[in-house]
Amino acid sequence: MFSLSRLMVSALVTATLSHGTLAQAQPANITGPEVETFTLNNGLQVVVIPDHRAPVVTHMIWYKVGAADEPEGESGIAHFLEHLMFKGTKTHPGGAFSAMVSELGGQENAFTSQDYTSYYQRVAKEHLPTVMEFEADRMTGLVLSDEVVNPERDVVLEERRMRTDNDPGSRLSEAIAATLFVNHPYGTPIIGWQHEIEQLDRANALSFYDRFYTPNNAIVVVAGDVTTGEVRTLAEATYGKIERRGDVGPRMRPAEPDLLAARRVTLADPRARQPSLTRTYIVPSYANAEGRQAHALDLLAFILGGGSTSRLHRSLVADQSIAASAGSYYQGDALDQSRFVVYAIPRENIDMERLEKALDAELSKIVKDGVTAEELTRAKKRLVAETIYAQDSQTTLARAYGTTLTTGGTVEDVKEWPSVIEAVSAEEIQAAAKLALQINRSVTGLLLTEEAPPQ
Amino acid sequence: MISRLLLVVAMSLAVALPAKSETRIEEVTSPKGIKAWLVHDTTLPIVALEFAFRGGAVQDAKGRDGTANMVSGLLDEGAGELKAQEFQSRLEDSAVELSFDTRYDSFFGSLRTLSANEDEAFDLLKLAVTSPRFDQDAIDRIRAQVMARIRQNSTNPEALAHYNFQEQAFPGHPYGREVEGTAETVTSITRDDLVTFHRNNFARDNLVVTAVGAIDAETLGRRLDEAFGDLPATAEITPAAPATLTNVGTLTVVEMDTPQTAISFGRPGPLRKNEDFMAYYVLNHILGGGTFTSRLFNEVREKRGLSYGVFTGLFPLSASGYVMGQVATRNDRAGEAVSVIRDEFRKLAAEPPSEEEIAKAKKYLIGSFALRFDSSNKIARNLLQFQIDNLGIDFINERNALIEAVTREDLARAAKSLLGDGELLVVAVGKPEGLESTGTSSGDR
Repeated sequence: MFSLSRLMVSALVTATLSHGTLAQAQPANITGPEVETFTLNNGLQVVVIPDHRAPVVTHMIWYKVGAADEPEGESGIAHFLEHLMFKGTKTHPGGAFSAMVSELGGQENAFTSQDYTSYYQRVAKEHLPTVMEFEADRMTGLVLSDEVVNPERDVVLEERRMRTDNDPGSRLSEAIAATLFVNHPYGTPIIGWQHEIEQLDRANALSFYDRFYTPNNAIVVVAGDVTTGEVRTLAEATYGKIERRGDVGPRMRPAEPDLLAARRVTLADPRARQPSLTRTYIVPSYANAEGRQAHALDLLAFILGGGSTSRLHRSLVADQSIAASAGSYYQGDALDQSRFVVYAIPRENIDMERLEKALDAELSKIVKDGVTAEELTRAKKRLVAETIYAQDSQTTLARAYGTTLTTGGTVEDVKEWPSVIEAVSAEEIQAAAKLALQINRSVTGLLLTEEAPPQ
Repeated sequence: MISRLLLVVAMSLAVALPAKSETRIEEVTSPKGIKAWLVHDTTLPIVALEFAFRGGAVQDAKGRDGTANMVSGLLDEGAGELKAQEFQSRLEDSAVELSFDTRYDSFFGSLRTLSANEDEAFDLLKLAVTSPRFDQDAIDRIRAQVMARIRQNSTNPEALAHYNFQEQAFPGHPYGREVEGTAETVTSITRDDLVTFHRNNFARDNLVVTAVGAIDAETLGRRLDEAFGDLPATAEITPAAPATLTNVGTLTVVEMDTPQTAISFGRPGPLRKNEDFMAYYVLNHILGGGTFTSRLFNEVREKRGLSYGVFTGLFPLSASGYVMGQVATRNDRAGEAVSVIRDEFRKLAAEPPSEEEIAKAKKYLIGSFALRFDSSNKIARNLLQFQIDNLGIDFINERNALIEAVTREDLARAAKSLLGDGELLVVAVGKPEGLESTGTSSGDR
C-alpha cells in the first residue's frame, strides 16, 4: 500500500499509453548478463538477453517512432495505430495473432510513448519461432477496414476518458506538459487531443504505418532461455525476409525555445479533494546530456526525493509535518529534452503557499550546499542494487534495453550504467542541481479544490 | 531457479515445458517449528521472502476500519530502539526492500535483499514484525497519508464503484468495509488499536512463508527463527462469519459529474475449496478473464467500442466467494454496456461453451502457468498464495492436470451455479444514461 507517492507519480508523469496496461517510466539503469546485439542486412537490430533459469522467453519489437513523430493535427495516431496493429493481416486475418498467442498460453500487449512503440509476447521458448513469424508478418501485411477502425477509435476515446478526462490530476498533468513544451511535440499528450482523435481514420493510420514500420526502424529484443545463435537463425528466417520500405530519416523534432520564464498552471475542480503541488523542470535527457550529467540527475532525484530517507520526505513529511508525501523523479529516457519533477501533497489544512516555500527552501539548499558524502554513498548503493534486482526479471531487462535503444542510447550505455553511477562525484551532483532546478525553466502545477481561493 | 519447480509443473505438461535443471520446492521446518516453502537458487545473489499472517483487515475492530492498513504503513516507521528515520536509513544503506500490505483475509509482508546484506535484512525484519514502536509522530504521519489517499479516492469513479459494490454485496459484514477505512474510522484509530492489532495478529501459528533465492534450507531455518521466533505461539483472531453476496438483481447509481461511468458488477461465486473450483476458473476465463479473447472483451470492446477494458475475476475469499467485474464506459452508452454484459452472463448460463472454446481456454490456462514463475518475486508470491489457499505443495504438480480434466458437463454445472438466471448486483458511478437505481444507494461521499 503506502504507494501514495508512487500513485501520485504515475498520475503526474505523462502517461505512456498502451493497449492494455500503462507503461511505467523506466530508468535506463539496468545492466544484464552477456547481452549481445547484431544487425540484419535490412537494418533491423536484434538484442539477445540470455536467462536460462526458466524455459520461457520474452519477445519484443520496438519501433523508433512515438507520439512525438506524429504529423501535425494527427495527435494520437501513433497510439491509435498501436491498437489497430491487433486487427489482422493478409496472412493472419482478424484476431488470429491474439488467438494464437492465447492458445499457446502466451501473454501479449503493446505500449506507446513519445519516442517509441513496442509490442511483446511472453511464451514458452519453443513457441518463439511462431511469435517471431507473426510479428514479422504484421510489420508489412496490416489490413484495416472501417468496420474495425471505427469501433477501435471509440475504444481509444474511452481510454482517454478513463485515463485523463475522468481524473483532475491527469488533466493537470496534461496542462503542465502543454505549458512546459511550447514548440516541441512533447507538449502534446501521447493519447492525443480528443478533437484530433475523433478525426483519425484508416488512411492516417496506414500512412503512418507505411512510413515508420520498416525493419531499418525497428529493434527486436529477445530475453530468456535462448542463445544468440538460435535467435539469429530465427530472425534471418522471419524479419530478415522483409524489405526496407525506405529511409525514415533522422528524428528531428521542432526544438524548444529557451523561454526563461517561470510558468504556473492551476486546476481547481470540485472533484480534486486532495490538493497537490508539482514543479516540472526542463532538463537534458540521457540522449543529450553532457558527460555524466544524466547519471548525476538520477542520483540527485534519489537524494532529493527518492524515498523515506530523502531530503523532501525528511523535511516536509517527517520534520515539519506539513506534507502527506513528497518526492522527486527524473525521466531520463527521452530522445529530446526531458523532465525533472518535484512534488508534494499537503497534509490537511496546510496552506499551499507554505508548502511551496518549504519545498523551495530544500531545493535552494541542495543547489547551494550540494549533497553529503553519506547521501551520495547511500544513493549509489541503492541505484546499483536496483540493477542486480532487475536481473531477476527478463521482462524488466528487455524493457530497459528497448527503452535505451529507442531513445538514443546503446547496449554499452546500459552495461556501463552502474560503473558510471559509481564514478559520479558530489560536485557533479551539485552542478546537475544547479542546471536542473532553474525556476525560469519550470512549470509549477497546483491542483486545488474548487472552493479554495486561486493563487 | 525454477526449473525443478517447472520440472514439477512439467510432469503434467511434459511436452510444453521440458525440465531444465535441478531446482525444486522444499518444505523447510525451522528448529522452532516455523514452516516455509523454499526454492533454492543461486543464479543471482538475491534472497526474496514473502510471508503472510492470516487475519488481515477483517480483524479490524468495529468502527476502526483501516487499523490493519495503518499497521502495514507503520512497521517500517520505527522499531526496537530505532526511530523511523534510523530504521529507514538502515534499510536504504543496505538496499533492503521491506514492505507490508493488507487485504481482507491476510496481512502480507515482503523482503528482498542482496545476499551480502542478509544479516542486516533479517535483523530489520525481526524488529519490524516483533517490536514496531508506533510512535505518535509516525502514527500522525501515516494517518495523514491514508487520509490524503481517502480524499483522492473519494472522487475516483472506479474506486467508488468498487467500495459501493462491496458495501451492497456484504452489508454489515467485514467484506462490506473498506480495507483502508473511511475518513471517520481512520480519524478514530488510536495507538492502542494499533498495538492490539499487532499483538493479536502477529503470531507463529497464523504465519505462512515462502523464500526464493540464494539461501539454503538450513540457513533459512535459522533465519526464520531469528525473524519470527520471538512472536507469540498463537494468534488471537476471529474468522469472518460465512457470508453470501447479497442484493443480486439491484442496480445502484451514484451520481458524479464525470464524462465516463465506472461500473462494478457481480454475483455469488465459489470458495477456493469448492470441488468444482477449476471448472469455475475455466468458465470465468471464457467469460471475462484477462486476455484479448474473452467473450466480454469481444462483445463490449471489440464489436462495440464501449470500453477500453472489461474483465471479470473470481474472488474466493475465506468466508465468501464471488465473481466481480469492472467496466468504464461513456455516460450515454452505459445502459447499453450493462445490457450487453447481462446478456453474456445469461447466454453462458443457458448454454455451456463449445468443446472448441473450452479446449482453447484450457490451452491458455495450462500454457501460461509457467509464465507465473519466471522471477524470484513472482515465484515467491505464487507459492505463498498456494499456501494461503491450503492447496498443499503437490498442487503445483497437479494444477494443470486438474484444468485438463475439466469437462463440458463440469462447466455446465458451474455455469448454472455461478451464473444462475444471469441477474447481477450492479453499481454505477457517473452520469449514466439508461440506468436507473433499483437498490438502496449509499449516495455520493
